[in-house]
Amino acid sequence: MATAITQPDAQPIERENYLNKHYGVWSWLLTTDHKRIALLYLMSITFFFFIGGFFALLIRLELLTPTGDLVQADTYNKLFTQHGQVMVFFFLIPSIPAVLGNFLVPMMVGAKDLAFPRINLLSWYLYIIGGIMMLHCMLTGGVDTGWTFYVPFSTAFSNTKVIEAGLAIFVVGFSSILTGLNFIVTIHRMRAPGMTWGRLPLFIWAHYATSVIQILGTPVIAITLVLVVAERALHLGIFDPKLGGDPLLFQHLFWFYSHPAVYIMILPSMGVVTEIIACFSRKRIFGYHFVALSSIAIAVFGFLVWAHHMFVAGISIYAALVFSILSYAVAVPSAVKVFNWTATLYKGSIHYDAPMLYAFGFLGLFTIGGLTGLFLACLGVDMHVHDTYFVIAHFHYIMVGGAVMGYLGGMHFWWPKISGKLYPEGWARLAALIVFIGFNLTFFPQFLLGYMGMPRRYFQYPAEFQVLNVLSTAGATVLGVGYLLPMIYFLWSMRYGKPAPDNPWNAAGLEWKTASPPPTFNFDEEPVVTWEAYNYDELDSEHKQEVPVVG
Amino acid sequence: MSDSTVAVQGETHNPALLHHFATEEQQRNASSFGMWIFLGTEVMFFGGLFCAYLIYRGWYFGDFAAASKSINAALGGTNTAVLICSSLTVVLAIWAAQTSRRALMLAMLVLTMLFGLAFLGIKGIEYRDKFVEHHVPGPSFSFEHEEIPSHPGEYANPRHAEIFFALYFIMTGLHALHMVVGLGIFSWLLWAAWKGRFTPEYHTPLEIGGLYWHFVDIVWIYLFPLLYLIDRHR
Repeated sequence: MATAITQPDAQPIERENYLNKHYGVWSWLLTTDHKRIALLYLMSITFFFFIGGFFALLIRLELLTPTGDLVQADTYNKLFTQHGQVMVFFFLIPSIPAVLGNFLVPMMVGAKDLAFPRINLLSWYLYIIGGIMMLHCMLTGGVDTGWTFYVPFSTAFSNTKVIEAGLAIFVVGFSSILTGLNFIVTIHRMRAPGMTWGRLPLFIWAHYATSVIQILGTPVIAITLVLVVAERALHLGIFDPKLGGDPLLFQHLFWFYSHPAVYIMILPSMGVVTEIIACFSRKRIFGYHFVALSSIAIAVFGFLVWAHHMFVAGISIYAALVFSILSYAVAVPSAVKVFNWTATLYKGSIHYDAPMLYAFGFLGLFTIGGLTGLFLACLGVDMHVHDTYFVIAHFHYIMVGGAVMGYLGGMHFWWPKISGKLYPEGWARLAALIVFIGFNLTFFPQFLLGYMGMPRRYFQYPAEFQVLNVLSTAGATVLGVGYLLPMIYFLWSMRYGKPAPDNPWNAAGLEWKTASPPPTFNFDEEPVVTWEAYNYDELDSEHKQEVPVVG
Repeated sequence: MSDSTVAVQGETHNPALLHHFATEEQQRNASSFGMWIFLGTEVMFFGGLFCAYLIYRGWYFGDFAAASKSINAALGGTNTAVLICSSLTVVLAIWAAQTSRRALMLAMLVLTMLFGLAFLGIKGIEYRDKFVEHHVPGPSFSFEHEEIPSHPGEYANPRHAEIFFALYFIMTGLHALHMVVGLGIFSWLLWAAWKGRFTPEYHTPLEIGGLYWHFVDIVWIYLFPLLYLIDRHR
């Protein structure tokens, strides 16, 4: 076969790889190796994930009782603001692209590195600079505008550190732009011989669509934040109605990025899930071209629906009508994906390993999140549930139930490749189950709360909402345990885990045809691709005796 | 281009070819494609500003026209000419590199930077004038009794004029910042050209630096009529 680069399984003598080639702090801080930069990102975003999670924990503890006893209104406003800003800008947006994407995109297309390795390192440093600014902002008083920075509150009234938070997000936005730029050029220009567009893994198509949003959307939030900072610092009137400005213009500019940003979070996750479902069903993905193009369609439609966040803000009813219809249209490519994944499962030889459990979790939770999104796209229903916990539950089903499930599934799926070690499968399955249960217990009651009328962003609530809030807080505790477990056993496995073979799942894809962990330049010889993506029928006919189960 | 593929196979491949590219052509394509995509992000960056500007220009047309009349179109026009000349010198520098005219390449790079500095100098004079006239948004801003062009007896609303000046300073300020970055890039290009890095086969940095410079020029080509020429024809 053309897979001459496949090597025998791990020998007792450790091969030279990207982890052991150089040692020392500077070999990491000055690296241009996309795999090392991915690990730098992994550590950084994990740090911010736990900060954001800490805020979430405090929010849920405060909401355990109807009265404000743990914190008062001002502190509560800061908690939900910083929870949102940290989770969105410092965890979810970089999560899959900057960690798994950084690690895998060059390998999946058969390249030695991303097109611009130094720009890749620069993007991490920008992330760190933005992160330090954000930490400084939080430690010296924080910000209370809500993650959306709505004007004129943020520019004329809030007494908190709006400027610093805005600048932090401005800086971190450029790290996102540079990642997207690098991916697009790599996917266009760095593919190995024979790796045609139709043979690319769907993970790559998903990242391509994500990158398009990153490079076209992020600059708009950058300039919006520049205007907010300038207006607040110099008392300009660009958005302040008292001075002749238009607050709705801010909302348009803000959501022009921040709605597509949701697709920056979910599209890579969809790519991960596609890889996992094909591998653990041992089948070619159903409708490859439809799944590939639905990613592009989501990116394109995603830019045309932003004003559905503004239905009650006073936009024209005709504009609202158009944005409502377009928001329904986004459901079509999303449904194409869900149906194609389901069709891939059909008559597949399904293996219930931990990554697959996360993928199943993703399927169900994303579907609920997506369908409740249609409720919100419907003008009449949105009037009722706008700014309630229904919205909170909806977008957490997408961002946590969807994006984070995919991220964790991907981390498990590729952990043997990244670390060269196997994680403990039993614990991983248990963690997947805990996350799923904890997640639903946290967020399903919030659908009910929102539908009954509990508004978001209040630190106290009428006593009749308490039972559901207690359930939600209990669920958040379970969810927290579910998130801690993988961190513990991943760290454990780095030292005590069994060495991973090059292809523990017997998966398709170029990244599995090199060593675990891979050498610095990914492949010992430049790969030449002569097969279609997801050729599981061919793979399984070669290895009839082997069982792709680990642990 | 055929000689470059030969060079890759031989021992004498270009030291500028980075390890992760297979051929010089791939590297060149990736570099210029990357710059084009970056320019796409820049279009979106300035696009948000242009969008805000155009909305208020439509809402407060008379006030904007009055405010626009107070900025110096002659200096703005001179700056437009300066930038167009600088784009020509960039192209000539690339042509000189392609045809091995080292002295011409260095001269054109120096000339480009001089044009860039001239632009910033003229811009500085304009800013100083606005400062003297109290047209800088802030506590000392004043735009009282300024007549709206072709509407005798009607005066511009100072609040709305302040929005014009706010956008004027942000837009031209960000453009000037891009010019400063461009000058930094061209200083490096000049140094590299002086060191003899650029040959007819390899001058990618000149090309992508030039792309950036042209883009910054084009932004100005849009800024000039939008900001300086509102309702001037009457």
